Amino acid sequence: MHLAISIDEAVDLIPDGATVMLSGFMGVGVPDGIVHALAEAGKKDLTLISNDTARDTTGPGPLFAAKCVRKLICSHMGLNTIVQAQFASGALEVELVPQGTLVERIRAAGVGLGGILTPTGVGTKVAEGKEIIEVDGKSFLLEKPLTADFALIAARSCDYVGNLAYMLTATNFNPIMALAGKTVICEPEEIVPVGMIPPDLVKTPGVLVDHVIKTSA
Amino acid sequence: MDPKILIARRVAQEITPRSLVNLGIGIPTLVSDYLDEDMGVFFQAENGAVGMGHRPPEGMTDRHLTDAGGRFVSFVPGASTIDSAFSFGLIRGGHLDLTVLGALQVDEKGHLANWMIPGHYTPGMGGAMDLVTGAKKVIIAMQHTAKGAPKIVPECTLPLTSQRRVDLIVTELAVLKPEDDGLHLIERAPNVPLDVILEMTEAKLIHGTDVPEMQIGC
Repeated sequence: MHLAISIDEAVDLIPDGATVMLSGFMGVGVPDGIVHALAEAGKKDLTLISNDTARDTTGPGPLFAAKCVRKLICSHMGLNTIVQAQFASGALEVELVPQGTLVERIRAAGVGLGGILTPTGVGTKVAEGKEIIEVDGKSFLLEKPLTADFALIAARSCDYVGNLAYMLTATNFNPIMALAGKTVICEPEEIVPVGMIPPDLVKTPGVLVDHVIKTSA
Repeated sequence: MDPKILIARRVAQEITPRSLVNLGIGIPTLVSDYLDEDMGVFFQAENGAVGMGHRPPEGMTDRHLTDAGGRFVSFVPGASTIDSAFSFGLIRGGHLDLTVLGALQVDEKGHLANWMIPGHYTPGMGGAMDLVTGAKKVIIAMQHTAKGAPKIVPECTLPLTSQRRVDLIVTELAVLKPEDDGLHLIERAPNVPLDVILEMTEAKLIHGTDVPEMQIGC
């Protein structure tokens, strides 16, 4: 059963200290309403898993401006000056993960794999402290699954049973994170009757979605 | 000619018809401006676009369609979109014919460093480590020096992006090719004498007495 909830109810579900996956890529395909509400609510000590930190006021930006995040796991944070300042001062712990590894670690958690073997990062700083596994004479890094208490995702369309469709490059991490969060909360741009999204265009089946943000009050 | 345009035009000559190409941010992005659209090249971006085209007409941009730098793009006929796992499957799985990236340093072994200056600036690697590890061909497109400081060095002092040797380095002064025996100077920019290139390069370069000029039409 899919519960349509308000943004305030969604914010109440997420406690301080939670691990949160946030979808999106440079601010595209991000559930912006939830992000702003979490920042306004002054959440503390979140661990945030996100591809990037976009810019100061876009994507996950408001969460850093409001000092909600204690630990960040991402692939790129070069264009957000608040994140750079918090990282330099030691206020923000950061784990940098190559983008292809990040998405596969999330996917591994979502599809029940014990990890992935990737050639990316072998012989670099990324390999420090990680197990190297040889397969047919080639070296791979063992990268472990990455799970989260909550996956906060954005969709173009959502129907009454929670089926989701995405649009163009706003797809990015959304369907992958929808598999990996223990609780999945989606902020769609529109809610439509069942049947409006043709089965072949559903990229996230509704069975994966726990809560949908109401599109109107 | 503007140095960045010179670099972009020279790199464009390396692109083959109907190939799948990923262009990094900065000078690499300019490369697509110097390609014949009839070549059928598909430009891929990490965020899941295959077949990006130019910026849409003014007022017609849409926030659901951007490149990996978050800039508005359009699509060419035959384009498609994919999720991030699929996108990096293309990159890491050997389906990407070419990536063109910028660099902080490149060395005599052809190793690249482009994601971190410890203690000063740590932007992160984004997709660069996967691109360099997985693309069939890697070209570095960059200015030869950074405010006068050499970027082509004997050995990278900054954290490496990959163990993989890049295939070609194109700057506003020269084209360089890393091989087993070291870094070969294979072309000079138009009207740039050999001694200027050697002076601006900290790495040891292997070269003949007569290094040919880049052939850049006007």
